[in-house]
Formats: sequence, structure tokens, C-alpha cells
Amino acid sequence: MLSFLFSRLLSTLTVVLGVITLIFLLIHMVPGDPVQAMLGETATPTDLESLRQALGLDQPLLTQWWLYMSNLLQGNLGDSLYSKEPIIDILIERFPATLELALAGLLVAVLLALPLGSIAALRKDSIYDNGAMMFSLLGVSIPNFWLGPMLILLFSLTLGWLPVSGREGPLSLVLPAITLGTALAAILARMVRATLLEVLNEDYIRTARAKGLRESAIIIHHALRNASLPIITILGLQLGTLLGGAVITEIIFAWPGIGQLTIESIERRDYPLVQACILVISLSYVLVNTLTDILYAWLDPRVRYSV
Amino acid sequence: MFKTQIIIPLIILLLWLVLAILSPWLPLDPNHIILPNILQPPSSIEWLGYDDLGRPILDRLIMGARTSFFVSFWVIFVSLTVGTLVGALSAWFGGYIDFIFVRIMDIFLAFPGILLAIALSAIMGPGIENVVFALSVVGWVGFARLTRAQTLSLKRREHVIAAIALGVKTPRILRYHIIPLLLAPLIIEATFGIAGIVIAEAGLSFLGLGVQPPAASWGSMIRDGTSYMLVAPHMVLAPGFTLLLVVLSVNILGDKLRDLLDVKNHNT
Repeated sequence: MLSFLFSRLLSTLTVVLGVITLIFLLIHMVPGDPVQAMLGETATPTDLESLRQALGLDQPLLTQWWLYMSNLLQGNLGDSLYSKEPIIDILIERFPATLELALAGLLVAVLLALPLGSIAALRKDSIYDNGAMMFSLLGVSIPNFWLGPMLILLFSLTLGWLPVSGREGPLSLVLPAITLGTALAAILARMVRATLLEVLNEDYIRTARAKGLRESAIIIHHALRNASLPIITILGLQLGTLLGGAVITEIIFAWPGIGQLTIESIERRDYPLVQACILVISLSYVLVNTLTDILYAWLDPRVRYSV
Repeated sequence: MFKTQIIIPLIILLLWLVLAILSPWLPLDPNHIILPNILQPPSSIEWLGYDDLGRPILDRLIMGARTSFFVSFWVIFVSLTVGTLVGALSAWFGGYIDFIFVRIMDIFLAFPGILLAIALSAIMGPGIENVVFALSVVGWVGFARLTRAQTLSLKRREHVIAAIALGVKTPRILRYHIIPLLLAPLIIEATFGIAGIVIAEAGLSFLGLGVQPPAASWGSMIRDGTSYMLVAPHMVLAPGFTLLLVVLSVNILGDKLRDLLDVKNHNT
């Protein structure tokens, strides 16, 4: 386990370094002069020069990279160009909302996918199976930036059951969580079905049936338990889709998280803040993936030895 | 049953594709503002009604299809070319080259979903070329990873070993003995890729990072429509259903194609 842990963490470290470097380079992809783009047409040459110096953009590229890295390690992400506040404080303020939304989306996905996938697998080729797979196909095909407005139109504007937008109380979380979780639920339901079908063909299920175990016990203790490993992995890996989708979901519902902050800073050309937002979301994703891998290896010894 | 499941989505897709290709020669007026028609609901004269500027929605949907297919075509073309090349070379040469390429792929895979595309379009500014670039930067990795995995197993097949023993040069082996066998999984990946790109392009336009007005995109049409959901629901329903139908058709075709070509170890 230790050697697996070591090699996994080493590869995570290289990925993290690469991700940070790529995000660092983003600012150099601004067409023309990035400083001019941030300050706009009305900026005086003195303003331009002082911002250029403040961001270190007058230094050679390698020096800039080194500065960015060492600042990052000290938790210093610079100040927002718009609000002049330290970026790290803004991120700390906004992050809980995104985390809450992502976890709620995950919950919606699991609550929908587990029963749908299980029923589809247990009653293969029945009307339930077809229905569940049709839902799955619809779920991956419906864009969340359309599903969200449709849910608002139905549940908020027409029926008046749920708030249109904002983050006030648990009710305001319902529609954003469904909007975010549906696509994942659809993917997951397919996975649950496929994995369960595979597991149900195993010898130990036949043995369990032969010794006269109740069907519910077979499914819960033997089938679902063994199917849970690949399902957990997929959940971890798909969390990235969830975090990416959170940006759009937060915009639809005016949810005050990192995603909304990203788009706001894009509109204000606050590029240091844009970089920081992308960095936070990507690093959370890398972290979750690494934890998923480690958890998987801890639960299933076969994974450890194959590396 | 199997046939109708293919024919209906195929007709839907071909219809939009033909409309998009023929749009320059059709009598369309997507940018013509007619003030008295503002927010007019669908009627027998204008099937899908008018938007908040009095422009005909059907005409704009067809122009949106053009945007959508243009972006999809170029992103698939670029991602497929770059991805297949990187994946095949990485697996074929192994060693240091493989090590470096795999690390690069890992880095690109570390960005969740559409996020990198949002970042790139935001930094480079809106516009259809930048959308193609941003989505290609995200898209090539999937093809590269698939090609690498397949090439690694193909490398050990007898016909390839025989070709190496006969002294056939590497480019020729890749061209005639490896890449043709990769085609089936790549075609399936590309089909699902189109569904993803259509949604991603619309998503970027929804966020205001895609094509710029007055050019039409299904995504920006949905965004405009959300402001008028109560007074003119047709503005958000028409582009939404079109987008859903097209993406659904592509996904169904992808599913059927996978069953048909029976590719194993593919788990999406």
C-alpha cells in the first residue's frame, strides 16, 4: 500500500505542477498586451507600467513562473484588480457555496441513479429497463443551461413552489442541485446497470441462489456490494464534470460560488482572479481523483499490486 | 425496431445538416429586425414566432445550426488529427516519448469538463475561431488516450510483428497496419464527441463567450430567451428543443453504432 501511495502521490504532484504552469501561461494567451486588456483603452502609460510591474509581467518568463509558484506556495494569489481585495479571501468566501452545490448535485445523482440502474439490471429488457435507459439517454443529452431555465419556468414561475434564484435556505438548493445532478445521474445509472449485470453473472451469485438465500439479500449483500467499487470510482472521476457544470448552473441560479465568480471576473477582465478560480476548481478535481484512486486501492488489493 | 431507431435520428440530423449547408442560398432573414413583430408567438406565417428584437426564430435556428455544425466539424477534425497522431506515436515509440506524452495528457485531463474551454475563450476573447481552438485543446486528449491504448495492444499483433520483421518503415506500419484497425473505436468516440461539442459550443455562447451578436447560436438564443420566459416562452423552447433533439439523435446513433461495430472495453 505504501509504495502504491508513493507512486500515486508522485504522479499527482507532476499533474499539479503542470496544471499550475498551464494556468500561469493563460495570461500570456491574451491577444496583444494583457495589461492593456485588463485596464482598458483609457489607461495612461503610467498605469500600464505600474500594473505590469505589480504583476511581474516585465520580468523574463521563467522568473515570472518562479514568482507565481513561490507566491502560490505561500498562499499568496495577489489582489483582485476589481475589488482590490486579496484573492485568497474572495475564494475562501465563495468556495463553500460551490462545495454545497456540488455535494447536493452528487446526492441527486446517486439517489436517482442507484434505483434506476438497479431496476434496469434486475429486470433486464423489461419496460422498466427501457424506461430507465431512455431517461439516461435524455439525461446526457439535455444541456444544463436549458434544463435549469425549464425547471425555473415550471416550479418557480408557474407553480411558485421554489425560489427562482439565489442562495437562501435549503429550498433554494433544490433546483440547482437537480440541474447539476441530472447528467451525472444519467451516466451513473448506465454504469450501475452495466456493473450489476456483470456481477449478477458471477459464480458467487449462483452459489448464493443455490444455497437458498433470499433475492433481496443476494442483491444487497452480494451484488450491490461487489458492484460498489467501480461505481465509486466512476463517481469520483465524474466529479470533474460536476465541477465544470457548476459554472453554468451557478450562472443560471445566481448561486454565489466560484463558478459565478469566474464569469463575473471574466466580464470585468480581472484576469488574476479568473486564473485563481480556474486553479481552485482544477486542483479540487485533481484532489478528488487522487483520493478516489487511493480509496479504490485501499478497498481492492488487486489495484495496488497491478501498479 | 432497430431500423426505426436509426432512421428517425438520422433524418433529424440530416435535415439540420442540409439546412445548415444550404442556408446561404435559402431566403432567410435572421438579422432583419421588424419592430412590430417583437415577441410575436408562433403563427401560420412564421412557424416559430419572433424574438425580442422582432427577428424570425426559425431563420435564426438555421443559422445557429450552421454555427453548431461548423464548430463540431473543425473541432473533431483538429482533435482527431492531433489526438490520433500523439496517441499512436506515444504508444509506438514507448520509453521517454510515451512517458512525456502521457504526463501531458494527464495534465489536460486534470481540467474538469468545459472549464478549460471557458478559461481559454475568456482569455482569447469571443469569436467562432477561438471557440474551435478552445474546444480542440480540450478535445484532443480523449482521442489520444483511446489511440494510445488501442495501439499498445495492436503493437503485439502478429501482422504488425511480421511487418517489423520484414523491415517495413514505421510511418508505413502506422499508416497501413495500425491506423485502419483504430478506425472503428475512433469513429464511435468522434460520434459521441460531436454531441459533447454541440453542447459545449452552445454552453460557451450561453455564457457570452461564443459567437458574437448578431451571429446566431442555439446557446445564445437560449440565454436571450430566459429573460422572456413568461411573456414569450417560445423564445427559449424553440432553441432548447432543437438542441435537445440534435444531441439526442447523435447519442442514439452513437449507441447504435457501438452495438453495430461491437467495440469492447468502452464504458461510457
